[in-house]
Amino acid sequence: MSIDKEASREEMVLAIVSKYKEIPGPLLVVLHEIQQELGFIPPEFIPGIAEGLNLSRAEIHGVISFYHFFRSTPAGRYTIQLCRAESCQAMGSRELERHAKKSLEIDFHQTTADGQITLEPVYCLGNCACSPAIRVGDAIHAHVGAESFDAIVNELISEKVEVKN
Amino acid sequence: MANIKVYVPRDTTACSLGADSVAVSLQHYFSNNDIDCEVVRSGSRGLYWLEPLIEIETDSGRIAYGPIGPNIIDEFIAAKFWKINKEHWSYLGVVDEIPYLQKQQRVTFARVGVIDPLSLSDYENHFGFSGLKQALDMSSQEIVSQIKDSGLRGRGGAAFPTGIKWQTVLDTKSVQKYVVCNADEGDSGTYSDRMLMESDPLCLIEGMTIAGIAVGADKGYIYLRDEYPLAFSVLEEAIVLARNSNFLGENILDSGKNFDLEIRLGAGAYICGEETSMLESLEGKRGEVRPKPPLPAIKGLFGKPTVINNVISLASVAAIIVNGASSYQNYGVNRSRGTLPFQLSGNIKYAGLVEIPFGATLKDLLYEYGGGSRSGRPLKAVQVGGPLGAYLPESQWDTPLDYEAFASIGGMLGHGGIVAFDDTVDMCAQARFSMEFCAIESCGKCTPCRIGSVRGVEVIDRIKAGENSVKNKELLLELCDTMVTGSLCAMGGLTPYPVRSALEYFAEDFESGS
Ligand SMILES: Cc1cc2nc3c(=O)[nH]c(=O)nc-3n(C[C@H](O)[C@H](O)[C@H](O)COP(=O)(O)O)c2cc1C
Ligand code: SF4
Ligand code: FES
Repeated sequence: MSIDKEASREEMVLAIVSKYKEIPGPLLVVLHEIQQELGFIPPEFIPGIAEGLNLSRAEIHGVISFYHFFRSTPAGRYTIQLCRAESCQAMGSRELERHAKKSLEIDFHQTTADGQITLEPVYCLGNCACSPAIRVGDAIHAHVGAESFDAIVNELISEKVEVKN
Repeated sequence: MANIKVYVPRDTTACSLGADSVAVSLQHYFSNNDIDCEVVRSGSRGLYWLEPLIEIETDSGRIAYGPIGPNIIDEFIAAKFWKINKEHWSYLGVVDEIPYLQKQQRVTFARVGVIDPLSLSDYENHFGFSGLKQALDMSSQEIVSQIKDSGLRGRGGAAFPTGIKWQTVLDTKSVQKYVVCNADEGDSGTYSDRMLMESDPLCLIEGMTIAGIAVGADKGYIYLRDEYPLAFSVLEEAIVLARNSNFLGENILDSGKNFDLEIRLGAGAYICGEETSMLESLEGKRGEVRPKPPLPAIKGLFGKPTVINNVISLASVAAIIVNGASSYQNYGVNRSRGTLPFQLSGNIKYAGLVEIPFGATLKDLLYEYGGGSRSGRPLKAVQVGGPLGAYLPESQWDTPLDYEAFASIGGMLGHGGIVAFDDTVDMCAQARFSMEFCAIESCGKCTPCRIGSVRGVEVIDRIKAGENSVKNKELLLELCDTMVTGSLCAMGGLTPYPVRSALEYFAEDFESGS
């Protein structure tokens, strides 16, 4: 990462901190927005967040590590959340989970070697009437099986090519 | 031809089946061909096996077609459905006469699927804000008494009487009080909160505002799970709409009363649905459960008296004020009054939302509404009330859906989620998952919950491997007892329920090699 880019990222983080520092209980709001912008919460910015919000670094570490959604390392270009909860289990999500890990050659919380896809577990997407469900970005997919999973992945990967053209 | 309204749902599940793309295709077709049809994005009726469900407004009611996915949209358009094509295979007739819907009593969900969720005029034309207007003319005590008299109990899981909770907050003196809506809906197999928020968000806003006026709180928070991106954007828009028309904010409808609200997002922790963990999270901290007392009603968010209610509890409030406590309390049985929006999911043919009064049986829901399994195989087990609810075998399916009746068989209605499994399910694997889930989601405060659940997974693995099976089953039950007695909250305290019920009713699945 170039020094310039790093500096502007830090500026952005500090701007987010000062935007919310007066609201009651701001930390989760701040972390959400940082992750929204950067895809993760770079540990090197924790001291700045701590200072801005008048909290200890340990408190911020503690919060980031408590919540499954917050990450300290970058994710792939796309994150696929695969529902592991009971309604989806009843409709074959255990097989889907095995298939996804095998075809992407990764486990949960990992990213494919080409940096495209990160696989995360999720416990219910509220789409239980049409289980199994997965989420990619803000899109939720219904009745996902091995075949439709592969189709969704392929579409994501080919979208990348289109964007680059 | 006069302008015809064509309704296409915009709820998460309808969209997961292609409703957005269907709506775009229809809009294009109508405008390219100068057909005077307007596409309205409504909410979903919750008849999910029929989604995307398209409705046409006619003089004799709304006519429905479904399921109309993007793959058949061209054929559907070619059938000129807007001229009412009774011959088309997807023709369902008047939507309100579809038996699944007709048999229900939609009280809290009266507007869901009917209106455009982001149209104030639609909302007001369907009794929207009538409850708020009435409440503004009532004293705080009158509002709280109405809620008490209605018999409404919290729909988030614990079923505590809502009116009594409000009374405590009303009676606690404080300049600052809060109303917090629990929209964390973490229970697997449940989606009624999501539907309500996506399909009738103003109803939740109205309910929270009435709660604020009743107890003297001027600030509300909706703690919404991050897994619901669509609910988030719909709610955000609805809040702006309400604020712009002075249903929220300062001096609401010139009453001199103030109430405003804000959405805060969760971050993927199931335990944050537990009310005190949620308060910690709202305060920007780790979601560790607080000991009770103090009750949140006395010392809640930022140490102030706080009403905490589930989405459905709050969304039921306006209708109670409008129709009167006794009309709500007339529904139901025993101490379970009113209606509950049950959610059918898992391996079930007709999955969807069924709002009915308490008192029917699980069998009614599974077969009369649900139509049996989706796979066509026999149903074997049903989990009611989310991941902490017991697995029930067929012999228990005649139990009436009533809080106390379920408690008496070691089950719980919880938030009304019903997850069906066919006979291919391995109940030992389900029990193992319950322990695993507890290990992943434990807030870490109590050893029996944090460590006991990890040990539970190991012991179940040993049972399945045939190692010392008798002894290990005993050990598992002991572990369950320790978790029940030594846990601060229901996460550790109830995880043993699905585990024990699996072992008790489906012992054969715990044999090695099964
Ligand atoms: C582990 C755990 C998870 C919970 N999750 C939720 C939830 O997602 N939504 C909810 O409304 N209540 C949930 N509850 C219940 C809340 O603690 C609380 O009882 C409820 O929000 C009160 O609102 P009500 O009285 O309107 O139901 C949960 C409880 C526990 C112990
Ligand atoms: S039972 Fe589990 S989740 Fe509940 S307070 Fe104890 S450790 Fe936390
Ligand atoms: S259990 Fe998977 S979406 Fe609800």
